[in-house]
This record gives sequence, C-alpha cells and structure tokens, in this order.
Amino acid sequence: MSLLNNLALYFEYPFVRYALIVGILISLCSSLLGVTLVLKRFSFIGDGLSHVAFGAMAVAAVIGLTDDMLLVLPVTIISAVLLLSTGQNTRIKGDAAIAMISVGALAIGYLLMNLFSTSSNLSGDVCTTLFGSTSILTLTQTEVILCIVLSIVVVLAFVFFYNKIFCITFDESFARATGTNVNLYNLLIAVIIAVIIVLAMHLVGSLLISALVIFPSLSAMRVFKSFKSVTICSAVLSVLCSSFGIITSILAGTPVGSTIVAVDIAAFLVFSVVGKVSGGIRK
Amino acid sequence: MSLLTCQDLCLGYDGKEILHNLNFKVNTGDYLCIVGENGSGKTTLMKTILGLNQPISGKVLTGDGLNQNEIGYLPQQTVVQKDFPATVREIVLSGCQGHCGLRPFYTKEEKLLAADNIEKMGIAALTDRCYRELSGGQQQRVLLARALCATKKMLLLDEPVSGLDPKVTSEMYQLIEKLNKEGITVIMISHDLNAALSYASHILHIGNNVFFGTKKEYLAGNLQNGFEMKGGDC
Repeated sequence: MSLLNNLALYFEYPFVRYALIVGILISLCSSLLGVTLVLKRFSFIGDGLSHVAFGAMAVAAVIGLTDDMLLVLPVTIISAVLLLSTGQNTRIKGDAAIAMISVGALAIGYLLMNLFSTSSNLSGDVCTTLFGSTSILTLTQTEVILCIVLSIVVVLAFVFFYNKIFCITFDESFARATGTNVNLYNLLIAVIIAVIIVLAMHLVGSLLISALVIFPSLSAMRVFKSFKSVTICSAVLSVLCSSFGIITSILAGTPVGSTIVAVDIAAFLVFSVVGKVSGGIRK
Repeated sequence: MSLLTCQDLCLGYDGKEILHNLNFKVNTGDYLCIVGENGSGKTTLMKTILGLNQPISGKVLTGDGLNQNEIGYLPQQTVVQKDFPATVREIVLSGCQGHCGLRPFYTKEEKLLAADNIEKMGIAALTDRCYRELSGGQQQRVLLARALCATKKMLLLDEPVSGLDPKVTSEMYQLIEKLNKEGITVIMISHDLNAALSYASHILHIGNNVFFGTKKEYLAGNLQNGFEMKGGDC
C-alpha cells in the first residue's frame, strides 16, 4: 500500500499531473502517425527532425530569443516538408537525406552552443535537450494547455483524414492517378509530425523521440492484420507504455525519457512473441 | 471522339527526350497492348497518360465522358506493400478514394461497390485476410479489384503478370479479357509479346520502330518490313 500512498502523494503536485497528461497526449499523437511513417519507410524521420529542432534551439539560444518556439517550430516544419516531399525520384534518397540533415543539425547546433553559449553548465544543457531528463517536470500551465489543444487538433485531423492517409500510405501513385491530392496530404502529415516532435522534445528529448514514433506501431504490426486494428492498438499501447513509464520513473527516480523507451521495448518483445505464437497456430 | 487521344506526344525525364511525336487513339472497348524494350519509355508513357508526369510537348486528351482521374490503374507492386498490414477489404475500398474529395468517410454505395468488385475477382473468401499473407496472384487480384473501384471505363495495367507463375498468369489474362468483354477499355504494358498478340485488339510498339495499329496490321507489317522482334523476351 505504501507504493500507492507514495503515488497519491506525488500526484498532489501539479507538475507531476502535468507531466502525465502531456506524456499521454504526446505518445497518443506520435503513435497515430507512427504507423504511416514506419510503413512509408520514414522511421528515422523523428530522429532527424528532432535533431533539426535541437539545432534550431541552439540558434535561438545564441541569438537570444526568449520564446524559442518561434524559431524551432517553423524550422522543423520546413525540414519535415522538405524531407517528406522529396519522394522516390530524388538524387539523394529519403534515408540518406534524413541522415544528412540529422547529423548536420546536431553538429551545427552543438558547435553554436559551444561557441556562443552564455550558460555556465553547457554539457548539462545539451544533455537535457538530448535526453529530456527533467524538462517534462518543469512544464508550465500554458505549455500544458497548448499541448492539449494541439493534441486535439492532431487526433481530429487524423480521424478526419484517416482514409486518405491509408490510401496514400499504401500506394501513392495510385492515389495520385485517381485524383487524390497527394501533395496536400503529404504536407499535412509533415506539418503534424513536426509539431508532435517539437512537443515531444520536452518528454523524451531529441535522441529518443524515434522510439515514441516507431515502437508502438511496430509492436502492433507484429500481432494485428488490418490497418485499423494496427492503428488503434498502437495508440492504446503507446498511451499505456508512457503512463507506466512516467509513473515508474517518478517512483523509482529514473530518467523519464529512457524509462518510457525501456517500457516500449519490453512491450515490443512481448508483442513479437505473441505474434510468433498466434501466427504459428494459424498456420 | 475517342476515349483517349495522344497528340504529338514527346516524353522524357531530366530533359532527355525518349519518345518523339507519338500519336495514337484508344476507343471504347479496345484492348491496347504497349510493348517495347526496357527503357523505351513504356512506364513513362503510362505515367503521362495518368497525369503523373508532364509531357515535354503534345497533349493527352480524354473524351467520351472520361476524366483523367477515372482511369483505373494497376501499378507494379512496391516494396512498401509487401509487408503492409491491411485487409483486402481496406485496400479495395481505398480505390474509391478518388471520388471522395474532402468527404472523410466512405458511403454505403462505395462499400457495396468494393464488395462487388471483390466478388468479381473471385477473392470473396479472402475479404478479411491480411494482404501480406496472400500469394502474388491473389495480391494482383486485390489490386485489380481496387482499380475497378476507381473506374467504370478504362483500366491501365502495368505489367500485370510480372512475377507470376504460368498458370496464374493465364488466369490473370483471362480475367482481364473478361473485363474487356464486359466493356472496359484496357491498356496494358507488357513484356510478353505472345500474350499481347493473342489477347490485344491493338498494339503500340515503342522503341526504335514506333508502330500503332490493330493486331492484324502489326502482324502484316511485321512480315513485310521485318520489324526487329525478339519474341516474348523483349
């Protein structure tokens, strides 16, 4: 019982409640789009974009912007649009483009922070941005409200465009040929994923964001056979894993981001086994 | 007015021209086979007809009440589709997407249409199966059913039998022939000249020698002029 009492005590603090709310919402949003991104072979886009956001954050810090969102969000959205719109027929293929932008932004960001930083604890700052260690526990009420509003927008957009997203994920050229406005929906997906990533940097930091995007959908794909069930399962799974991870990290005092990812990995292993076993029975 | 007219079409990509001044017409009920060597521009031509590529010059005109987005398209399989978690029903239904505009969900009629087309392709028993668990021939039938959801008039098939074994290949050809007899105009890209000659009504041969005409004319012209032909493997 002492564990529950302990938990109840922690939940007296608003910052713990905020962390849980934001964590659940972000993991819900990222898992919804994760299915599409994994299937479109863009698993690494979360990583790439979060490094871009890291670079932009460094630039914002250097030029002394008080609200770094003003710079980070547009830069990340533009990169997302560029990455997702390149498609099949470019000279630099999708994975190489992502890798290039990802390491490039990381290096430049760190370089700028190192050269111009005013903070006394540089490595601490960098570590926080990369692993999101404490920032989720320092969220303000405005940030939480912003996050709630954006999450509602993302979920509604996903439900509204669900069939279109399925169509262009499965076969882009068919969709284009039969009159679906593929460019528009690709743009939409790019913008949504950029927004999610900028939000999620608070939660798990820029190194671990990919985990939120890919693990729930990969786990769901081990077991389920239809697009709808995979999407629903990955959303539910992601929310459960994040809640469990956040609560564990609060009780055990572990870093939030890496605990969530560890829980996601455990879930993936369980689902892989379940998928193997149930697949074996069917055959 | 023909269903589809290509007028003085010049095609290419990256500024390189690969097809020059192509002219042909497709009328309702035709079965046109596009043959030619690798790299002769078959797929580029198909993409231009579908409006995915812009021609360098010339025009693709549609007539007889056919809109460019009403052409059913059977693309070659992509890597992405090989392990795609989706049921047959979901995939066939997505063929109706082109008519939806901004409407977010499918109507009852569209669901019925999808079910009809699944039935027509003889894969009703597989409706709730996962696409990635099906055999190559079954997957092609699913994609054909999807293409039928997008059109009532014209089908464009991009090498519909590549990777299929001989038995499934001939079943596929019979299925396509049946659709053609039911009044759907078919344009097919094929490597398989023998099949083209036994099923098609018209032949478009592109490459060094460009030829367009009925199958009879093609066979006659072939004997007289000695067109370069390498049988079924070209």
